[in-house]
Amino acid sequence: MLVPQILANGLLLGGLYACIAVGFSLVWGVTNIINMLHGSFIVVGAYAAFFAYQTLGINPFVTLPVIAALMFGIGYLLQRTVIRRVIGATVLITLTLTFGLNLILENALLVAFKADYRKLNLAHPLGVIDVRDYVDWLDVVVPVDRLVCTLVAVILVVAVYLFLRFTNIGRAVVAVRMDGRAAALMGVEVNHIYAITFGIGAAIAGATGTLLSVIFPISPLMSSSFLGKSFVICVLGGLGSVPGVLVGGLTLGLVESFGAAIVGSEHSLTISFALLLLLMVVRPTGLMGTRAFQ
Amino acid sequence: MKYSTLLLVIACFLALLLVPFGVGNYSVRLATTVFLYAALALSWNLIGGFAGYPSFATSAFFGLGAYVAGIAQHHGVPMAGAWMIGTMACGIFSIGFGAAILRLKGHYFAVASLIVAEVLREIINTSTSLTGGGMGLNIPVFTSNPDLFGRIFYSAMLALMFASLLMTIWVSQSKTGFALRCIQQNEDAANVLGVNTTGYKILAFALSGCIAGTAGAIYGSWVSYIDPSDAFDILISVKPIIMTLLGGPGTILGPIVGAVVFLMFEELVWRNFMTIHKGLLGLIVVGLILFLPTGVLQIRRSNSRAWSQMRAWIAK
Repeated sequence: MLVPQILANGLLLGGLYACIAVGFSLVWGVTNIINMLHGSFIVVGAYAAFFAYQTLGINPFVTLPVIAALMFGIGYLLQRTVIRRVIGATVLITLTLTFGLNLILENALLVAFKADYRKLNLAHPLGVIDVRDYVDWLDVVVPVDRLVCTLVAVILVVAVYLFLRFTNIGRAVVAVRMDGRAAALMGVEVNHIYAITFGIGAAIAGATGTLLSVIFPISPLMSSSFLGKSFVICVLGGLGSVPGVLVGGLTLGLVESFGAAIVGSEHSLTISFALLLLLMVVRPTGLMGTRAFQ
Repeated sequence: MKYSTLLLVIACFLALLLVPFGVGNYSVRLATTVFLYAALALSWNLIGGFAGYPSFATSAFFGLGAYVAGIAQHHGVPMAGAWMIGTMACGIFSIGFGAAILRLKGHYFAVASLIVAEVLREIINTSTSLTGGGMGLNIPVFTSNPDLFGRIFYSAMLALMFASLLMTIWVSQSKTGFALRCIQQNEDAANVLGVNTTGYKILAFALSGCIAGTAGAIYGSWVSYIDPSDAFDILISVKPIIMTLLGGPGTILGPIVGAVVFLMFEELVWRNFMTIHKGLLGLIVVGLILFLPTGVLQIRRSNSRAWSQMRAWIAK
């Protein structure tokens, strides 16, 4: 078995997975809302990148910040107008609300783009790196587009971490996550912070979609699979912590690529969901030990 | 349970049993769907309404029941027997699975229950030799007479709905219902006072699972073709929640009223706006959550925590 190659695939996939889940985890951890829209946000980002490249010829890596900024605005407004009203309600109410919003968005995407799979093909493919050219004994081939996307994904995750750690707004987000009431007493405008958190979640989702559009074929029907992955990664790594998401993402990437190699790729989804259920029962705090509100 | 209640329920059942002889097949089909929805809503109400556990596992039981019964019929088991096997399989599954995940609370429970359906769907998708995988499973049709066919399934769904209703009345008036309401209001306190919370939660989950499983089994025979994405559709989990919220969670008749109202909405939307019906369904869901979270039947429970929470929420 080509262990080094499988390891490389897993790590490349894992970096992307971390980026898929980081916004979802942040929103869940800070606002205590399970955002069922997350998968569709990723699809929106992917389609925006696809059409920007197709019709305007703009490179996806250039559109990425623009898409992220637009998605931030959408997320911010959505939180401020609709989702704000269910902050603090039971999970049944919040989850059902975002599920309903997702039905609307998913249907809109399906009407607008049809269920066809599309693929963004760069005019100048980036090619592959054959590691054997540099290290004799290491039999690994790495596609450059994947490598670049994974690097950008990891940079985004690290950027979220640094933002939460070292900026005023980021520290306010952390404060609200720890104790919303105390934060409000300290002069943090909690509703604004909730909306910013939701906006960041949407922005990272849009950016992730842009990256994914370069590597994978895209379709509106993929949103639920992104959402499912986000669940698994969040529970694997523990909620609301960025390092946890990175650990969870890499773990899932490795589990899926080794699982696919050992028992066949058609079972990879079953493996990851079974892992999720097992972990929830055995260790609901995640590998990194951070636990959310309940 | 009082005899007068029981007699009233039985009288309603017998009266409804005669309806198909007077109306067309479209109405019979629509009514069968109402009974299916009402049974699912009553099923969810046991765990979600009484015990207050946000379960999204309805579609898991529904799909499991449909597949177990479907496979049984493929191996020559007669229809009614296959339905029973499906129900039992869901009962056993829900007890085992409930024992594992009912220790989780809130968001974690919701996600765990949501994922079960995904796991089952993937397992059935990949075990092609037994289940037909993504190609789906054809279930033998026992008669080619459309009138008889419609009436059989009308009666079966009606019977299921009334069985669920009787179960709900029994639960609500017995010690079990009291225990479940205690769990809903404050599980830790109930535990301290000596309520066997784990046992009652598992009981409610298992009853809920049995009803949803039977509904799935009957549904499979009714449409005579099931496939994994259809049988484990997440909407099957969400629709009963919407109906119950619409009618009033934790009430006895609420889920049935909610099911009728919901189906009227759905049928109107479905008929007139084929391509955007899911989006409109989403609009209904959002509107309901934002503007009518207490349900159309605002009876009973006026002192309960959920009620005061929701009042506080409206005032917000």
